[in-house]
Amino acid sequence: MDISPAQGLIAASWLLIALPLAGAAVLLLGGRRTDRWGHLLGTATVVLSFVLGLLCTVQLAGLDEGGRSVGVDLFTFISAGDLDVHAGLLFDPLSAAFVLLITGVGSLIHIYSIGYMAHDPGRRRFFAYLNLFVAAMLLLVLGNSYLALYVGWEGVGLASYLLIAFWYTRPAAATAAKKAFIMNRVGDVGLALAIFIMFAQFGTTSFAGVLGSADLLAGGIATALGLLLLLGACGKSGQFPLQAWLPDAMEGPTPVSALIHAATMVTAGVYLVARMNPLYDLTETGQVAVAIIGTITLLIGAIIGCAYDDIKKVLAYSTVSQIGYMFLAVGLGPYGYALGIAHLLAHGFFKAGLFLGAGSVMHAMNDNVDMRHYGGLARVMPITFVTFGLGYLALIGFPPLSGYFTKDAIIEAAFAAPGWQGWTFGLLATIAAGLTAFYMTRLMFMTFFGEKRWKKLTSPDGHAYHPHESPAVMTAPMIVLAIGSVGAGFFLTQGHRLANWLTPSLGELLEREGPLPAATISTLVLVCSAVGVLVAWLAVGRRPTPVERPRHVSLPVRAARRDLYANAINEALIATPGTWLARFLVYVDNRGVDGVVNGTAALLGGSSGRLRRLQTGFVRSYALTMLGGAVLVVAGLLAVRFV
Amino acid sequence: MTLSWYLVLAAILFTIGAVGVLVRRNAIVVFMCVELMLNSVNLTLVTFARATGTLDGQIMAFFVMVVAAAEVVVGLAIIMSIYRTRRSASVDDVNLLKY
Repeated sequence: MDISPAQGLIAASWLLIALPLAGAAVLLLGGRRTDRWGHLLGTATVVLSFVLGLLCTVQLAGLDEGGRSVGVDLFTFISAGDLDVHAGLLFDPLSAAFVLLITGVGSLIHIYSIGYMAHDPGRRRFFAYLNLFVAAMLLLVLGNSYLALYVGWEGVGLASYLLIAFWYTRPAAATAAKKAFIMNRVGDVGLALAIFIMFAQFGTTSFAGVLGSADLLAGGIATALGLLLLLGACGKSGQFPLQAWLPDAMEGPTPVSALIHAATMVTAGVYLVARMNPLYDLTETGQVAVAIIGTITLLIGAIIGCAYDDIKKVLAYSTVSQIGYMFLAVGLGPYGYALGIAHLLAHGFFKAGLFLGAGSVMHAMNDNVDMRHYGGLARVMPITFVTFGLGYLALIGFPPLSGYFTKDAIIEAAFAAPGWQGWTFGLLATIAAGLTAFYMTRLMFMTFFGEKRWKKLTSPDGHAYHPHESPAVMTAPMIVLAIGSVGAGFFLTQGHRLANWLTPSLGELLEREGPLPAATISTLVLVCSAVGVLVAWLAVGRRPTPVERPRHVSLPVRAARRDLYANAINEALIATPGTWLARFLVYVDNRGVDGVVNGTAALLGGSSGRLRRLQTGFVRSYALTMLGGAVLVVAGLLAVRFV
Repeated sequence: MTLSWYLVLAAILFTIGAVGVLVRRNAIVVFMCVELMLNSVNLTLVTFARATGTLDGQIMAFFVMVVAAAEVVVGLAIIMSIYRTRRSASVDDVNLLKY
C-alpha cells in the first residue's frame, strides 16, 4: 500500500472529525444555555462534515488510481524510546465510502431527530451524544493505524452505551446499555490483543506498516491475528456468539437504532475485516471462520426475526442477519470484499429508512412497539407506508431495488466458494433470504394492512390512539433514504462501480466459476423469497391477527421467541460460572487473605493480653524479678568466664 | 586477718538486705534494707580498693553515699505522702498501677 501525502482539501480532512466533536463539546459543556439551538448546531456540524467529505471524495476521485491512498499526518501520539506512535488519518476509497455513508445517513437522521425528539426534555443531550458518535465513528474509519481505529472503536462503544441508556430512568434501557457495553468489551479484548501482537511483531500499528509487511508473518501468527480481530468484529457487529446485545439495544431512541445499531456502528466489524484484507488473504482458517460466523449469524438472525412482535426487534434481528451476509461476503476473500461493502452501503440506506419508518409508526402509536396493536396504518400514514414499503422491497431483494443487486451478488459468490463451503454457504444464505422475505412481509402485513386493531385499544397512558402522519422534518429524511434504497444497489453494482472504486483499498474483485450459473442462483433466490412472501400472506396476511400474543405455539417458535436461547446459554456458560467464581474469590478473600491478616493481629493481641498480667502492681514481685534477672546476668557472666 | 572476711561480711549484709526487700511489707523497713544493700556494696568497693592499693573504689564509695543520701530524701518524701493519703506504709497496698 503506497500512501501519498495529502494535498488540498484532504489535508484538512481532520475537520471531518473535529466538526462533530466540537458540536458535542459545545452541547455538553454549554449545558442548558444551548437547549434552544443545540439540535440545530448538532445537525449543522454533521451536514458540514458531509459536504466536506463529499468534496474530499471528489478530490480523491480526481487523483490517478495509484495515488488514491492519501495519508494525513497529524501529531505524535506517543513517543517513548524506540516507540513512536503518530496519530494520522488515511483517506482512501474505502474510508471515503464509509465517510459518505456515516455523514450522509448521519445528517438525515440528525434532521429526522429534530422532529422525533422535539418533545423530549433531553434533546440537547441526545444531539451531543449523536455528534460524539459521528466523530468517533469517523475517527474509526479515517484513522491510519489500529491504535487510532481502536480509539474510535471505543468511542463509538461509549456513544452507543450513552444513547441506548438515553432514557436512563427506565430500568430496561439501563440494563440493555450495560449489556451492550459488556458484550462489546468481550470483543474488544480480541481487538486489543491483536493490537498488542502487532506492536510485538511489527513495532507499529499503522495500516501501511502492518499490512505492508503482513507477508513476513508466520502462518500461525497471521491466523491468531485474524481470529482475534474476528472476535473484535463479532462483538461490535453483533455476530454469533456475541449477537445478544444488539436486539436489546433497541431500548434506545429509534434514530439511534437507525444510525448506530443498523447503518453505521454495527458495520464496523465488516470494515475491520475488509481493512485487514492482506492479512486475511494469508490465513485460510481466518477467512473460513469469518464466513462461517457470517453464515451462522445470518441464519439465526432470520429465524429469530420471524417470531418477534416488537417491530424494532424484528428489524434488529434483520440487521443481525444482514450483517451476517456482509461477514459471509468478506469471509470469501478477494471474491467478496467489495460485495460485502456494497451490501453494507445499500443496507445502510434501506435499514436506516426502515428504522426511521418504524420510528414514525411508533410516533403515531404513542411509542407502542407491539405490531399486534398496529394494523391498517397504510391509509393513515401514506408517506411512511410508501417509504417503508420501498425499504422492505429493497431488503427482501425485489428486483431492481438495492437488495436484489447486493444480496444476490453475495449469494452467488458464496455458491462459488470451493469444496463443501460453496453449497453450505450458498444454500443457507438462500434459505435465509426466504426467511427474510417471510419476516419482513409479516411485519408489513401486521403493521400496514388488515384491520385497525388500535381502534379497540387504549394506549398505556390511557388515551385512545390517533395515528397521524409524521411532520415533514421526519418524512423528508425517510423519502431521501427510500430513494437511496431504490437506487443505491443499482448505482453501486452497475459495471462494478463500487468494486472498481475500492480497488486501491481492497484489491481487484475476483470472480470464480460456481457449480451453478448466475441466472439459476438468481432465480433460486427469487423463488425462495417469493415462497417466503407467500407463506407470510397465508399465515398472517390472509387472516386476522390476534391482539394477544398466542401462548401455545410450536417448539421452534418458542425457541425463536427466546432468541434461540442465546441469553440462556450466555447465562449458563458465562454469567453463572462467573458469579460462582466471584463468590469463591470473595470467600477466599474473606477467609483466606483476611484470615491470615486478622489472625496475626488476633494472635499478637491475645498474647499481649496474657503477658500484661505480669504487671501485678506488687512492688515486691518486681523486686524479685529484678533479682532473678541480676542472678541470671551474673550466672551468665560467670559461665562465659569460667566454662 | 585477710580481706576475704570483709567480703564475706559484705555478702551476708547484701543477702540480708535483699531478703528484707523481698519479704518485708513495711516501706520504711524495705527502704532500710535497700540502704543495707548499698552499704554492703560500699564495703566491697572499699575492700577491693584496699586490696589493689588504689583509690578508685574509695572514690566510688563516696559517690554511692551521695546518691544514697539524695535517694533517701526523695524516697522518704514519697513514703510520707503515701502514708498521709492512705494511712498505711505497706508496699503491698500501693498496687493501683497495674495491668
